[in-house]
Amino acid sequence: MNLRVNFSSGVPIYLQLMEQIKHAVDTGAIRTGEQLPTIRKIAEELAMNPNTVAKAYRELEREGVVEVRHGSGAFVAGPPALSRKTLEICEAGNALRPVMKQGIALGLSESELRRVFEDELSRLFDHAAAARRNN
Amino acid sequence: MNSTILSTSNLAKSFDGKPALCGLNLAVPRGSICGFLGRNGAGKTTTLKLLLGMLRPDAGEIRLFGEVVESEASSVAARRRVGFVSEDKDLYSFMTVDQTIRFTREFFPGWRRDLEEKYLDLFQLPRKKTVPKLSKGMRTQLMLLLAMARGADLLMMDEPTSGLDPAMTEDILQILGDLAATDGTTIFFSSHRLAEVEQICDRVCLIDRGQVVIDGVLDDLKSEYRRILLVFDGEPPKGLADLPGIDHLRRHGRTVSLLVHTDVEAALARARELGANSVEVRPVTLKELFLDHVRGE
Repeated sequence: MNLRVNFSSGVPIYLQLMEQIKHAVDTGAIRTGEQLPTIRKIAEELAMNPNTVAKAYRELEREGVVEVRHGSGAFVAGPPALSRKTLEICEAGNALRPVMKQGIALGLSESELRRVFEDELSRLFDHAAAARRNN
Repeated sequence: MNSTILSTSNLAKSFDGKPALCGLNLAVPRGSICGFLGRNGAGKTTTLKLLLGMLRPDAGEIRLFGEVVESEASSVAARRRVGFVSEDKDLYSFMTVDQTIRFTREFFPGWRRDLEEKYLDLFQLPRKKTVPKLSKGMRTQLMLLLAMARGADLLMMDEPTSGLDPAMTEDILQILGDLAATDGTTIFFSSHRLAEVEQICDRVCLIDRGQVVIDGVLDDLKSEYRRILLVFDGEPPKGLADLPGIDHLRRHGRTVSLLVHTDVEAALARARELGANSVEVRPVTLKELFLDHVRGE
């Protein structure tokens, strides 16, 4: 990331930094999850005030652009993490896919395949319900 | 972060009946780098000397690290934690770099050998050379080393970069930024170079005729202040100076330039009511703030 600040412009410096970091994120120069340079490093490279860099990071965090993890620095924030349920559904889909493909290879139509899937499903659930009743 | 390291209230000092400071109120929070600005003779050096205990105030109060500095004892205790880099970089001319360091070390029980080593290494000072044989930049570096190695929590400097070339200036600014970032050192320095103040300071304090006229966070000042340029058909109306939030006004023929802070929108609305033909709003640079506040109309 190539940060450049015009110190003598009337635009607040922290706003200039924020704009450039957002631009770097938009263009993919830095990606989700990647670490941003430390406050100290930016302050040192541009020979500027660390409090001002810290303010830019604080504001970016408030806007949800970066995530500051205490002790380890600032990272580009990503879209919200997938829930566990979503992950489980994905996994089940992945496991079923080859079985369905096999069905298609055997010459079953989409509706026939759906019936097989639903029959098996209800049988499994009936078994489970019966087992619960017997207990 | 928000505690005040250095403050004065109603500080006053006269020389031969001529007032140099007349009720100076300033406050510098911990960890900030504050640029101390003003014209020649505005009272900057007098303020620094009072803060350092080299002069006594006629009236008013100085607080260092939250404590009022009154007695000799409290003064010495507080000033052990203050490093100073003077304008003329006055050091004993018969001493070498090594001798100067050894001599200074004896006065400070909290002397940090690690910092001494660190800066000797960083600056690559010629240890066997006497002070007059050092370049101006080297003398600045040596004073900075002496100021920091005493374990100073507050660094005061009187025009630290005057007479230094751009490369050396950049190096010094980088070190100041590093001190603030790493050790949380508070830095208060006077300067006439607005560009370097804009680069490294998060706060500025501008004094004029012995009083503070601007004191605040630099980025906040840039957000709050606006220049409004108005063009009228004929003679600009009289009522302009009474607009709310106007800091400064300058007329030039049919145009009027206003420096406004706080309620910019209200000032714009009033200006339109008064019949301005063209209204333009611009951001304000530190240089403009400086000039408008110290020049008067």
